[in-house]
Amino acid sequence: MGFTSVNRRDVMKRSAAVGLLAVPGAAALSSCATGGDDDGDKAEKGDKTKKNPLGVKEDADLQVYIFNGGYDDKYAQFVTDMYGDRFGDATTDQKATEKIATQVQPRLVKGDPPDVVNNSGADNMNAGKVIKNKQAADLTELLDAPSWDDPNVKVRDTLIPGVEEMGAFGADGCYQLNIASTIYGNWYSDKMLTETLESDYPKTWDEMLAVCKKAKAKGIHGWTYPGGHPRYMLFSMFAMFAQAGGREVIEAMDYLEPGAWKHDAVKSVFEAFEELVAKKYVLTGFDGKEAHIEMQTAWTKGKALFVPDGSWVENEAKDTTPKDFRMAVGATPSLDKGDKLPFGTLYSPPGEPFLVPAKADNVRGGMEWLRMMYSRKAARNLFKQVSVMPVVKGAIDGMSLPPGVASSQKAVKAAGKNIVIAFWKEWYREMFDEDFNNVMGKFMLGDMSVKEAMDTMEKATARVAKDPDVEKVKRS
Amino acid sequence: MKTAKPAESPPSTTARAAAGGTRAPSGLLLLSVLLPPRFTPERVKRDRRYRTLDKYRFIAGFLALPLAFYAVFVISPFLQAIYYSFTDWDGGATADFVGLDNYRKLWNDDRFWDSAKTSVSLLVAAPVITLSLGIFFAYMITAGGRHRRGQAVAGVVGSSFYKVVYFFPQVLSIAIVAVVWMRVFSTRSGLLNGSLGAVGLDGLEKPWLGGDYNLALFATLTVLCWSFVGFYVVLFSAAMGAIPRDLYEAALLDGAGRATTFFKVTLPLIWDTVRTGWIYMGIQALDAFAIVLVMVPDHALKVTPVFLYQRFREGQFGYATAIGVVLLVFSVVFSLIIMRVGNRDRIEY
Repeated sequence: MGFTSVNRRDVMKRSAAVGLLAVPGAAALSSCATGGDDDGDKAEKGDKTKKNPLGVKEDADLQVYIFNGGYDDKYAQFVTDMYGDRFGDATTDQKATEKIATQVQPRLVKGDPPDVVNNSGADNMNAGKVIKNKQAADLTELLDAPSWDDPNVKVRDTLIPGVEEMGAFGADGCYQLNIASTIYGNWYSDKMLTETLESDYPKTWDEMLAVCKKAKAKGIHGWTYPGGHPRYMLFSMFAMFAQAGGREVIEAMDYLEPGAWKHDAVKSVFEAFEELVAKKYVLTGFDGKEAHIEMQTAWTKGKALFVPDGSWVENEAKDTTPKDFRMAVGATPSLDKGDKLPFGTLYSPPGEPFLVPAKADNVRGGMEWLRMMYSRKAARNLFKQVSVMPVVKGAIDGMSLPPGVASSQKAVKAAGKNIVIAFWKEWYREMFDEDFNNVMGKFMLGDMSVKEAMDTMEKATARVAKDPDVEKVKRS
Repeated sequence: MKTAKPAESPPSTTARAAAGGTRAPSGLLLLSVLLPPRFTPERVKRDRRYRTLDKYRFIAGFLALPLAFYAVFVISPFLQAIYYSFTDWDGGATADFVGLDNYRKLWNDDRFWDSAKTSVSLLVAAPVITLSLGIFFAYMITAGGRHRRGQAVAGVVGSSFYKVVYFFPQVLSIAIVAVVWMRVFSTRSGLLNGSLGAVGLDGLEKPWLGGDYNLALFATLTVLCWSFVGFYVVLFSAAMGAIPRDLYEAALLDGAGRATTFFKVTLPLIWDTVRTGWIYMGIQALDAFAIVLVMVPDHALKVTPVFLYQRFREGQFGYATAIGVVLLVFSVVFSLIIMRVGNRDRIEY
């Protein structure tokens, strides 16, 4: 009883798309040859040369869609201008919007998409669906291409680990590439911790409770979180799941395995936070959609010590941060000696995703744009514009770093290979945005027990696992 | 009706004798309807069926454009949505027919029932509150004031001013209304908690949008009623203004007080308007999308249209349209019930 609503135009376009998919294979075979062997390619076919390794057609136009959020779109305009300088005959057009899905999704469906899409923000497209529908181009060829700065080094080798992995969504290849690294953890004012409270950063949960107690005596709350977005708690809890139970615990979550949220490690982490709530160390009441701003403002004013947050906070809170605040991030404390991973394990995924629509008129141009984004100068510019850590290795070495970024760099170095990523948050967004959010909303107010929280997440996992409308990523 | 009225029938007596006119061949009749009237043969013109068709052709001629617009922009999206609700469309090039799978999933989805519970609560409560307030204010404006010389009824002092003020929220965009109220309800920096604290009612300060379901429902209802009550004040004022003054005078002479006048004269006479308003407000309450999406945090409360929106956002277009179809059925059933319940003999005046 199946049918497909395909019309002639779609068939034509799809055959063109198939042609595009065939290109990477051809390119691998003739890496240094001039083109002409892949006739299925659309208008964007150009000659592949040392100077133009992706074979971009010099005069093909390029359209870029950038999410106009906390990062603005100036950093991207820098790259678009680079593209314009390199391909003088091409017309470049960059659009900034807060509504990526609203603006781009209809064009993907119609088969007339832009060439580069910054799939970010609250209104982003479900990447799993886009990839499943073959609407995103495989970017493996870009990763294999020589990097902008050094033709002897592949783009892939200039990037920190995790970037390619994040872009796969269980399919073969890489369809979405992130440009900035986010560091999650417990953010605090180094001045408050070391001078006001005369303490060191707590490496164990017992030390954490002790610091909170000390803070309480001085009229400072040990913790706070945005009540309007309680899902922020994951930023402080996730690495602890992995630390306490090892990677298999978080992998079970990623692959929606039964019992994933019933693990003892998960339980002990929830119990740890339950104690914070029970002892009234947590400052509550930052409700509504602007909760994170209200919370961060209270935090920079010294009302609370630790906040679960991501590395964007330094930029977001810069207007209210005192000069001597010395913003810093700490890895999550160890629960006890039985922990599987050492203290320092860091939840740090690459973020700010980009994709190149498969049916774009200038797919190679789109890839070239990303190759430029991964250049040293674009990465340094990105950092200069919005103070985030680019995923390009060592790009910002030697630059003067604000305290939060410097602290992030230190945390990443200390973590070494113990970097963990919550893939389920990216793959099954509703589990994070809706289910985990609902659970933490109640849990942090003391309205939900550890058992209820775990049961609810377990139930959500089961629901997603059998939901035919959700694309599942299988263990490879 | 076999005999035609003389005015409509052609002068020919033979035609009248043939019981309603001559019968032209059907093919010729059809052709005549499609061609301009001046090409219509004489004998077709005398056909009763032609005259009927001619009348409808005339009306349809005027309505063709609006009907076409209606068909393209209202009817066809409805039909498409219903069609998509039987597919697993997710934004890609293909959509497979899955029968009732989406509806089965809906039936078993706790999240849907949770949201439906909220939507139905609003559907029941919002019209009652809004319409009661609307009628009360409208009555005060048109007939609630002191008796003045020479007038049977009069509004309270400054009624024309109030009429304008009540309408203000209606002028604001609903998104702005939601943002403003979000600020008012803010736990730490909101006007509401601030004023409660200022007058010493600290005990009543609440985290209105802090995650508690009942508080969030209260907040949503407040904003919903606040933003729509002005519209109903104007609507009911107009309806009350249409009631002849002599009815009020008669009631006054019979010794009826304000309350009696209201229940025995005003309310029965504006009942039709109340019923219409009820349906309209019910549909507004069933929607409540913008207010809840903008103002209320997800984890506190969710209405069905927000749940639908989230499914859309996740690319589950087939499932989302199924929810939309269920909402449509909800609205229609609600309207039918209210039409039934409120059905009274119309009073002519």
